[in-house]
This record gives sequence, C-alpha cells and structure tokens, in this order.
Amino acid sequence: MSTFFESRQLVAPGDLLAEGTYVAGENTYKENNKIYASRLGLVQYEDKNVNVVALKAFYIPKLGDTVIGTIVEVGFSGWTLDISSPYLAILRASEVLSRPFRPQENELSKVLDVGDLVIAKIIAYDRAHDPRLTVGEPGLGKITRGQIVKMTPTKIPRVIGRKGSMVSMIKQETGCHIILGQNGVILITGKNLEDEQLAMMALRKIECESHTSGLTDRIAQMIKKEKAKQKEELNSESKT
Amino acid sequence: MSQKPEKLIDKKGLRLDGRKPEELRSIKIQVGILPNADGSAYIQQGKNKILAGVYGPREMHPKHLALPDRTVLRCRYHMAPFSVQERKSPAPSRRDIELSKVIREALEPSIFLEYYPRTGIDIFVEILQADGGTRCASITAASLALADAGIPMRDLVVACAAGKADDTIVLDLMDTEDKKGGADVPVALMPNLNAITLLQMDGILTFEEFEKAVNLALKGCREIYTMQKEALKAKYESVKEVEE
Amino acid sequence: MSSIIARVKQKQILDLIANGKRLDGRGLKDYREIKVEQGLIERAEGSARVLLGKTEIIAGTKIEIGKPFSDTPNEGVLTVNAELVPLASPTFEPGPPKEDSIELARVVDRGIRESKAIDFKKLCIKPGKKVFVVFVDVYVLNHDGNLIDASALAALAALLNTKMLNYEIEEDEVKIKPGYTPLHVSKHPIAITFAKINDKLIVDPWLEEEQTMDARLTMTIDDDENVCAIQKGGSGYFTPKQVLEAAKTAMEKADEIRKKLNW
Repeated sequence: MSTFFESRQLVAPGDLLAEGTYVAGENTYKENNKIYASRLGLVQYEDKNVNVVALKAFYIPKLGDTVIGTIVEVGFSGWTLDISSPYLAILRASEVLSRPFRPQENELSKVLDVGDLVIAKIIAYDRAHDPRLTVGEPGLGKITRGQIVKMTPTKIPRVIGRKGSMVSMIKQETGCHIILGQNGVILITGKNLEDEQLAMMALRKIECESHTSGLTDRIAQMIKKEKAKQKEELNSESKT
Repeated sequence: MSQKPEKLIDKKGLRLDGRKPEELRSIKIQVGILPNADGSAYIQQGKNKILAGVYGPREMHPKHLALPDRTVLRCRYHMAPFSVQERKSPAPSRRDIELSKVIREALEPSIFLEYYPRTGIDIFVEILQADGGTRCASITAASLALADAGIPMRDLVVACAAGKADDTIVLDLMDTEDKKGGADVPVALMPNLNAITLLQMDGILTFEEFEKAVNLALKGCREIYTMQKEALKAKYESVKEVEE
Repeated sequence: MSSIIARVKQKQILDLIANGKRLDGRGLKDYREIKVEQGLIERAEGSARVLLGKTEIIAGTKIEIGKPFSDTPNEGVLTVNAELVPLASPTFEPGPPKEDSIELARVVDRGIRESKAIDFKKLCIKPGKKVFVVFVDVYVLNHDGNLIDASALAALAALLNTKMLNYEIEEDEVKIKPGYTPLHVSKHPIAITFAKINDKLIVDPWLEEEQTMDARLTMTIDDDENVCAIQKGGSGYFTPKQVLEAAKTAMEKADEIRKKLNW
C-alpha cells in the first residue's frame, strides 16, 4: 500500500501514482492493483481516492449539464451546435418552438441561425448518439449580447472557487453577470464593454494560473488595480 | 562515386559525428508550439527537425469511416520536399505510407480508444529536415502532442533505434550509419508498462547482436523518456507558485 | 483487416490458446501444410504458387532492362509489389495499393534484399547505364491468414525459378542470345510470423486467429540463423522477453521449413 507522489505534484500519463487498495478517480486508471495517471495534471490523494486534476481536457457531454454552444447547421427539424466537444449537439425544433412544428411553413433559420450563441441544457446522451439539447427552461435560450470566453472545462471548478467564492468575487468587483457552461464556455454580460473586458481579463488569468494557490485574492487585487487605473485615465481625460 | 567502404567508427572508437557507440544525438523538445492544433510538439534530434500536431477527438470525416464503439486513429507521416539531400516529391511514397502505418500502430496501444466512440483522432507528422531515425523521433513527438491535446493515455510512447556500424552495436543511428551500416533496429516503448509497440529491423544480425541492439535501443528509449516528461512539465511550470 | 468475428468464436479461440491449444488442432508452434509449385506461368521469367493452409499466393517475376539508381550505378534493381486482389477476400477492395498491401510488399522485399539473396552486382550490364530490373509481383488469391509468410515463400520460390535471357553487348546495344541462365539466388530467407493472443505467441495465424490477435510480429531469418528483417504489426504490444523468445523460435521454424522444401 503506497503512494509515489505528493499531493499537487505534476504528473504525466503513465506515471505510477499508487499501489494497493486505492480507488482510481478522475484521469487515472487501474491495472493489476496499480493506479496510473492518464492525463497531464496535478495529482490529488484524498483518503483512498487518487485522482488527477487535468491541465487540459475536452468536454464530454453529461446529462443535466448547462452548456453554451454555437449553431453550425440549420436542418429540417432542428439545429446542430458546436459545444466545444468531440461531439456535435442536436437541438430539436420541438424543444424550441412551443407550438406544433410544420417544416414547410416554419423556417427554422428565422428562429435560430448559423452563428447564433445559445445557452442550453443536455437532456439526452449515450455512447451511440450525439447529445440532445433543450432550451425550454428559464435562463436558457439565444444569447443576444455579452462576451464569450472559452477555456478547458477542467478549469471551470477553479473559476467557481470554493463555495462559489471566486466567481462571486468577480461578479461583485466587475458588476457583470456570469454564466458558466460546463463545457468550458463562459458568458459575461456587463453594463458596459470595459466591465466585461475586466471580467474577461480575470478569467484569462485564472486559466493561466489555475494550478497555483492564493488565486482568489490575487485576482481581486488585479481587478481593483485595473479599475483604479481606468478611473485615473478617465479623470485625466476629463481634465484635458 | 567512391566504391571504397567508408569506416563508420574510427580507431579511437568514435563515430563520424564524434559520438561514442552508446551515445544519443543531442535532443531538444518543445510541447504546445502550434496554436491551432489541439496538441503539438517539436523535436530536434541531431539534424532531424520534426513537427507533430494532433487534432481530436473530433467528428470523423468522412462519417462512414467512424466506428460505433471506439475512436479511429489516423496518422500521416510526411516529408517536406526540402528535408533531404535530393528533393523529395510531396506526393506520399510507399515508404511514407508504411511509416504512417507503423507509427500509428506504435501509438495506438497507448490511447484509450474506447472512451470516445464515433470520433477520430488525427496525427500529422511533418519532417522538416531528415537525418536518419525520423520514425523514432516522430513517435516521440507525436506521443507528446497527444498528451498535450489532453487525450487520455495509458503511458507516453518513446522511440529510439540501435544498429550495427562496422562491427559495433551503436545507438541512435544517423543517416550515413543507417545507409552504410550492417543493421537498423527501431524500437518504440511504453516505458511504465515495459511494452514494445514498434519493432522493425533491416540488415543482418546474429541472435546475440540482435539482443544487444534491442537492449541498447530500450536504454536509449528510457533516456529520451525523461526528456519527454521534462518537456511536458516545462510548459506548465512557467508560472511560479505564490504562497497563500 | 476489419472483418467482424463472432464474439463466441473469439472467446473459443482465446480460451483454447490459454490452454496451449488451437481451434484447428495445431500446437502453438505448428505451421499449416505448405505446398509450393513452381513454373506455372510460362510467360513470366519465373513463377510460383504457394498454399499455406487455405491461403493461396501466386508470385511472378519479370525481368526488364533499365537504368540503375544514381547512388548504386553498378547494381541491378529489385522491385517487389503486392496485390490484395478483391476476389481473395470480402474485405479487399479494388483500387490503388493501400497500406496493407504496401506493407506486405515492403516486408517481403526487405527479407530478400537484406539477406543478400540476390547479388545485385551480377545484374549489372553496363555500369551507370544498363542493369537488369527484377520485378516480383505477389498476387494474393485467397486470404486465410498469414499473408506475409506465404507471400515471402512465393516470392522466393519465384526467384529460385527465374531464368534470365542470355545476352551480349554489341556496339552499346544489348543483343539477346539463345538460351537461359537461372537467376543466381544464394540465400533462402524465410519469414516467420507470430500472433499474440491472450499473452501467448502462436506461429502462422489463420484468418480468425488474426481477427482475434492483439498484435503480430514477423521475423525473417536467413540460412545462417541471422535475423534480416523484422516487422511488428497491429495495435498491440510485445514485451522485450517475448521479442527475444520469438527470435529463437523463428530461427527454429525457418530451418524446419527450409528442410521441408529442400532449400
């Protein structure tokens, strides 16, 4: 019964993490009583669980997840969306239109067209079929304004922070509304472009430094500094 | 054209480029250097300059080639026309096609193909400059590109060749040694699982020579493996830890 | 090859092999029956037909006069090509050679070339200008597993059967004289292919064993028990111990086959 790394050490695929009666968690696999890493990331030992927080991964659809995607194709009975995943997602017309749908009469592209951004929820997914989406719940639907930030989905928990501390801090400091798609796509809507850009900068910094500690405070400090800088620029402009 | 056989190893036991028989060429590896690819890596091994890029897992094109229960791995080994002494036509040669196949088969055992049914993973290897041992360096780079893309793997794959120059078993043959030597044995290895995923040979070797060559190639593989891991980690250690 | 084998059959094969047995009753190190027939295509300079169990290959050689390669001006040329003819298997499609047939041709070529079975200098007519070009074309007529070993046997048998036209050089022209000289083949390289199933190595896999195997390993051995060519195929792996074990077994089997064929 032994472990071979320290918690939060960087491990590569194939690294032997533990041997004995441990449970293979995220981004690991077990073979002959040995647990190996399957992705590059930071190893975590929690009781009997061994898992790796991957530095980069891609999104695999999960039932119930909220995702933000882009329409890439308008079909006869629905739309196809790019949800930044190996799999394209399907949004059926029946999930969007409240009244019965007649293909000859209703033109789907008038409702949602190629290039539109949508917040949706995954209602069906299995190994044999592409994921199916719905927008029939409050908070879901076409996105009309805001900024999009894409990052590897493994970093979304870092953006949320412990008990939501990180994302609430950003919302407070920038005054922006932030929607986090489980697929690593984030929507920022603020009162003006400067606020939105501030939030985007914060998110980009989290993405780069997600594996470090004390991040929440550093991000808060950065935002405050930027806001002060912006205020100064505004003051000097109004003086001239 | 000189008909006299060139000596590959001099009286001091050194090779044409000054190396000792069991010495690797100088190797430099960088990971994540192509912004568009999902994963990428660049390797310089002696005069070899090789770029590997990975796209996927993604929707398979053409769709009818997709498999219902696993991902389809495709690999293209391609040499730039200016990569060799005499300009090489950009059209794939029979050698390119064979190498694409063996490189793919060297990497496949390391990937959890069953995780992503109905998708495809494409590996592109471009040889920018060639000096012997390109298939091994390609595998080493391509495996890093797969890891950089965040594709779950059982292990990294690393490759190195050994062979015979004059009457000595040598490691990591360059082009002259490959062409004029007595044998070339490229080997690819999954180091933590001790699994050989590529093994080829051409030349003439007794059993003892073959055994020596395989063991030397495996030793070379393990040396290069430490460099692979360093290159992977180097990309992420650029931000210093700040104490809470 | 991606033919789907019934899971029940696959399990049968796996279970038997775990106990050292095979579905057709062979031992793990036994080859199927080998039949070699030579000289059946009179139009070809040399030809042979090999039956390895139900796998059937015909190889034919054609000799032409051509220019040597620039880096070997005093040497003749050998070109090996393989065709996986569509009638040989439901999985073969017509069209230009794909990776499987290219790999097959190159592995057969490697065994012949590296073992120095042919002295290419003897094929030189006029240094730098004219040499004999030996074309070996391998035609797979029925695919029942282990195309490499059968093709290598057929190619070698066809070369052993090959007759070169006698010639003399008159004022820079090659003039054909009556009579033939057999092509000088000094070695008999034999390809031995292993399949790894259930972590065991078996020789000469037939089609359904090939559809079940994790990986394949081919070793070509010459008359002096040297290794001349090796090719691992398939998406599995071998341990270093298995590789060395295979080399020893390959040397045994190659000797056996040469004795059986009187080579």
